[in-house]
Amino acid sequence: MNKTPRFEIRIAGFGGQGVVTIGRILGEAFTLYEGKNSVNTHSYGPESRGGACKSEVVVSDGEIHYPNVRKADLFIALSQVALDTYIADLKGGGILLIDPHSVKNVPSRSKYRVYEVPTMEIAHDIGGVKFQNSVALGALYPLIAHMIKESSLRKAISNNVPPETVEINMGAFKRGMQYGRGDGDS
Amino acid sequence: MAGETGTAKVGGVSPAPHLLRPGKYYLQGSEACIEGSLIAGCRVYAGYPITPAVETMEYASRRFPQVGGRFIQMEDEIASACALIGSSWGGTKALTATSGPGFSLMQEAISIAIMSETPMVIVDIQRSGPGQGYITASQQDIMQARWGHHGDGPIIALAPGSVQEIFELTIEAFNLSEQWRTPVFVMTEETVAHMREPLVVPPWNEVEVRERKKPQDLGVPPRDYLPWGHDTVAPMANWGEGYNVNFVALVHLEDGNITRYSPEANYHCVERLQKKIEGNADTIARIEAKFLGDCKHLIVCYGAVSRTAMEAAIEARERGLEVGYLRLITLWPFPEEKLRRIVGTVDTIFVPEMNLGMMRHPITEALRDQCKKVVSIPSLGILHSPEYILSRIQEEIS
Repeated sequence: MNKTPRFEIRIAGFGGQGVVTIGRILGEAFTLYEGKNSVNTHSYGPESRGGACKSEVVVSDGEIHYPNVRKADLFIALSQVALDTYIADLKGGGILLIDPHSVKNVPSRSKYRVYEVPTMEIAHDIGGVKFQNSVALGALYPLIAHMIKESSLRKAISNNVPPETVEINMGAFKRGMQYGRGDGDS
Repeated sequence: MAGETGTAKVGGVSPAPHLLRPGKYYLQGSEACIEGSLIAGCRVYAGYPITPAVETMEYASRRFPQVGGRFIQMEDEIASACALIGSSWGGTKALTATSGPGFSLMQEAISIAIMSETPMVIVDIQRSGPGQGYITASQQDIMQARWGHHGDGPIIALAPGSVQEIFELTIEAFNLSEQWRTPVFVMTEETVAHMREPLVVPPWNEVEVRERKKPQDLGVPPRDYLPWGHDTVAPMANWGEGYNVNFVALVHLEDGNITRYSPEANYHCVERLQKKIEGNADTIARIEAKFLGDCKHLIVCYGAVSRTAMEAAIEARERGLEVGYLRLITLWPFPEEKLRRIVGTVDTIFVPEMNLGMMRHPITEALRDQCKKVVSIPSLGILHSPEYILSRIQEEIS
């Protein structure tokens, strides 16, 4: 694996889309299975579902002082509101992962490396909306494969989903990964 | 006097099934805090939920029963703090976590705990105030920690800056509370409490756990036991161990008598409380410093803000600005003498805080003749960005 200088990831969407879980899984995978340092922070409103929700992961091989995103290297936007709110903080040339069904409008699209993955549609096809985060993580994997092993992400997913859903989450991860790689899916 | 350096019993972690084993974990600050408390030997959690301290309580509700402890959801924060007092006098270390509005409700019991010299630990996961304010991060209870309760009476307050440190300082909070027989506060913020970071649990035999000194440890037989005597920090008899347990929050004499009141007795009783903490500030209080050697300007910070302050200090130095960094690990007792010794003379002191400028007051008082000015850098509801601190520094010194 390559040395990682400070790399900043932001995930944003609505409560209930797995925003917080994606951040937690990424942070755990980098820290426990890649030996890197990472800080995961999140913020959400008082609502348990449907409110604005944001999660951030800062990864580095060195010490991490400021725990939040300053200029994101990677932004996963799961709603149009989330994209509109935070797109200005994405670095020029940064990676933007969106679900084209919930994010229709990307201003200055050519400034970023945009990847469209119908995470919700794939999740529904597999068994329901609750698998959207594993689909998104799968789609994300090829984009960060220079920093993390597939097995690290899979282990962290297994730790963070109910034991009876590990298998189906692994399937969701695989489908997302296939789509992300352009292997053809959905 | 022996008590002034502490004569609490020192031991290691008592192994218990389900205690977090040595190793590396990826935990939230609130989870690390609970794990630290369990390793320190705490076995009672009594609390009432409030955002952003709900995660702490929820995690405690799972973990305390697993290690043979007790988790009690009380009817409110007043009862929670009182349950801590009862538990501690029964001989069991006790913890609660709350946030600003709950911390306000606990102040009466805190005052009683100070006077009755009750070891107990309260974690305040600060949110914006006043009133219900908002659920976002804040450092607005820093002064309440010291002055919120009625009466002259010092406490100890610690301010962790990371997940690793909230684990370590929660253990230290229990050690200090046992050693000095006083309530100890872990003053954290939503930021650290909700953040996930690596936590390394060291081998248990490397973790120091201190226990209150008991009359049995001094060889004092029950008939000679003075509940408030023998040493600066009196040995504490727990209920049911054959000693006369004297729980009192009125002005009292060494033998616990409250009827022979005199102004002299009053002075002696309260002055002793003051001296045991404030008089030992140099021993109790810890600070961390970096880049002090050549610094012309200094950032003094604590808690989560120290994360931004360090980033800002590093970037300021990259730009050729001679900026130093100093972090208060202990807020109270305020480390005035230590600060004066370490800082020397500087031009400007910057104090970034998630309030409108609270700790800048004792900092100014301590260093007024060692600097030209003290500049407050306030932020409410959000952690300062490094850019913001840097821009304020540049504005002032250019």
